[in-house]
Order: sequence, then structure tokens, then C-alpha cells
Amino acid sequence: MLHPRIIPVLLVHQGGLYKTRRFADPVYIGDPINAVRIFNEKEVDELMVVDIDASTEGRAPDYALIAGLAAECRMPMAYGGGVTCAEQVQRITHLGVEKVAVSSAALADPSLLAEASASVGAQSLVAVLDVKRLGNDWQVFTHNGSRAAGLGVAEAARRMVAAGAGEIVVNNIDRDGEMAGYDLDLARHVRAAVSVPLTLLGGAGKREHITDLFRAVGIVGAAAGSMFVFKGSLRGVLISYPDRARKDQMAKAALSPAFSG
Amino acid sequence: MIAIINYGLGNLHAFANMLKDIGAPHHITGDAADIATASHLILPGVGHFDHAMARLKASGLHPVLQQRVLDEGIPILGICVGMQMLADGSAEGEMPGLGWIPGEVIRFPDTVGNQQLPVPHMGWNDVMPVAGAPLFKTVPENPRFYFLHSYHFRCADAADIMAESEYGLRFPCAVRRANVFGVQFHPEKSHGFGRDLLADFASLGR
Repeated sequence: MLHPRIIPVLLVHQGGLYKTRRFADPVYIGDPINAVRIFNEKEVDELMVVDIDASTEGRAPDYALIAGLAAECRMPMAYGGGVTCAEQVQRITHLGVEKVAVSSAALADPSLLAEASASVGAQSLVAVLDVKRLGNDWQVFTHNGSRAAGLGVAEAARRMVAAGAGEIVVNNIDRDGEMAGYDLDLARHVRAAVSVPLTLLGGAGKREHITDLFRAVGIVGAAAGSMFVFKGSLRGVLISYPDRARKDQMAKAALSPAFSG
Repeated sequence: MIAIINYGLGNLHAFANMLKDIGAPHHITGDAADIATASHLILPGVGHFDHAMARLKASGLHPVLQQRVLDEGIPILGICVGMQMLADGSAEGEMPGLGWIPGEVIRFPDTVGNQQLPVPHMGWNDVMPVAGAPLFKTVPENPRFYFLHSYHFRCADAADIMAESEYGLRFPCAVRRANVFGVQFHPEKSHGFGRDLLADFASLGR
């Protein structure tokens, strides 16, 4: 059986690891390489690293940083931030990164995905959609949530998949760092729109939030930042991650017919 | 010495890291002279089938690989698209494969029954090895490995199947014919399970 993925997301800002709340107020967590080493020991399913400065500063990905992280990473890694062309995607995969995430540039010109997919394959291309709820829909934003793309999330997801993305990551700006649960309506809405693997990010604060997500939409990726780097209501920095037995328990509770209802 | 074949594709350092962890002598090389003296070969691969085959042809390493693998019988392990390249061909492209393990590579169906099947197949899946499979000798029971692919192997001869996995359908996720091995999943990214599998590969012939 395919197991659902539980994915820590690390945000890189000014060379350090930070965690934001609603895409603002970055709090220093620690050194990225150190965090990767800890997550290696915890045998995480996948790791996602996002450079949150690259796109807003309009600069290329920091290849030295990516190479350093990839060299440490004993699990599959996705990198996002500042990727604007197919050559960059290729270069990053050659550094030892399984998946490359694109967002602003692919929304502006989806042919980036088609071009990149011809060499690295769709399975290595992730489209990240940062969304905010507006009325009855979720609108896509770029450049760290500062610019509206003028697209609803379902339409954007369909466009990204049609262009060559092999996975959609939906990042819920409203819930970023809030630790009060995923927006399950959003998850269902995007699940119904596309058939590629889907990962939800934004809102997870405890294990029940992840099982709620699996119960709502089945086998998807459950990504989280705060939940895996903060401990307690005072948000003390402590890296944690469920072990294999715990993950199996969570998947079983959410997905096995005997438990569903 | 294990040669991790560098033809411009794949996550070579991830293999080097794992082999370093298990203490197996190895190097990353695109040099025919190194491949001529290696004890084991690892053929990584990611991306589009034709792109990978074209890179391998362009590397000029095909003849020495052919000689070491087919004439001299040293163990080779193809990984992900590296495994798919062992087949006769792939529905993903036009180019012929290496043809070392008879079979074709086909795409996962988009639906099974009336259910959507998300493609690519992405994540950790259970792997069921056949009894006595040499690369699973020290791998714990009920292993799981990391997969990331849209196409899968279909063996012409079921005797070449070393392990199966299930995603919409049962498919060969590891194959073996004599000294030629292939795994669809990524042992280099599969924590302890992958480390054990690579250690089993490294100890072949010892």
C-alpha cells in the first residue's frame, strides 16, 4: 500500500532557518544543515526546503546552499524559491534534489513546466500555489503572498498540471503558522480539480490535524512547518516528527475502512 | 570498487553518501577506464527515458558497459529510470533501451475501475520481494521504499521479477536477470531499507 506522506517544510531566510506566521514575522529556528541532520535521524518521508527571499529579491536560487542541503539529505528533498527557467530546474536536480518547486514564474509562463518536464520529467516538478480565501474561493498569490495572480486555486492547479507539473502543493497563507488545522474544504476543492499527487501546507499543529486531512481527501501529502519545529504554546524551538509506528497508526486511523465513517 | 556511473544524470552524491555510510569503496565516474576495472556498477537515472538514453549514448560508455556486464558478468544495479533503461524500450520515448532484461516500460493507468489513480506514483510504498531475492537478504521484513515515477517495468519473463509493489495494479518494482539488477524505487533515499539493499548489492560476489 502507498503510505500518505508527512512532510516537514523548512523556510530559508537570510541563510538561516525561519518560521513565519501568515507569511510574516519570521522567527529564527536554527541552522538549515543541522535541521536536515535531525530530520535524517527521524527518517522523515520527504523534506521540503523553500528559500523565501529568492523570488521577492528577484535573484537566482542559491546553488551552494542547495548543494549543501542535498549532500546532507538522506531522504527525498524538494527545493523551491527563485526558480524561473528550465535550466535552473535541471541544474538543481543535478545537485541531488528529487523535486523542484516552481510558483511565480510558472504561473506567469506555464511553458517553463513543459520545457523542464522534457528533461527532468513531470515527476520531479512541483507547482506551489500560495492561496488566500477571498469570498467563496481561494485566490492564488505570488512573491511571498504580496501579489495576486488573478486566478482561483482550482483553475491554477489545472493549468499547472496541463503544463507539466507532477505534483501540486497548496500553501494556505491564512493558516500559515496558526497551527489550528488544515482547511479541509480547500483540500477537497483542489483534490477534485486535479488527479496528480497533492500536498497541503498550512495549518497543521498536531497529529489529529494530519489524520483529519487524510480522512477528508485520502492519500495525500501533509506538509507542516510549525508543528515540526515548535513545542508547546510558547513555541519553544524543538524539532520533532512522528516515528514509523506512529505514522502507520495515523494512516490506519484515517484511511482504513473500519475506522472511516 | 563500486563505480557510480556519471553520464550527467541522477543524484550521484546521494549514492556516494549511502555507500560511504555502509563503508563500501566507491567512486563517481564517467571514465571508461574506471568502469573497466570496477567490481560493481550503479546506473542511476532520472527524468525522461529518451533523454537518459541519449545521455548514455553520448557519454560513449555504452561499449564498456556492454563488455563488463554482458561479457564479464559483473553486477550492475539500475535505479529508477536506470532500471527502465534495462528494458527493450519505453512507452515514454522512441529510443531503444539496453535490452538486458526483456520487457517494456509502460505508463500507469489514470483510472482503476472508476477510481482516479494519481500519477506519478509518489511516496513510500510497501515492497514484496520474492523468496531468496539477493538484494533483500538483509533488508527487514515488510520493507517500504520511496518511489517517484509515472512509468513502470513490465517483464517479458516473470522469472526476472525480484520484487513487486502495488499501485493500482501489481508491478515489478525490482528485477533481476543473472548479474543485471534493477530497482524502480530510490534506495539512496529510503533510509535504513535502502542502506540494507545497497549493502546487499555491494556484498554480491564476496
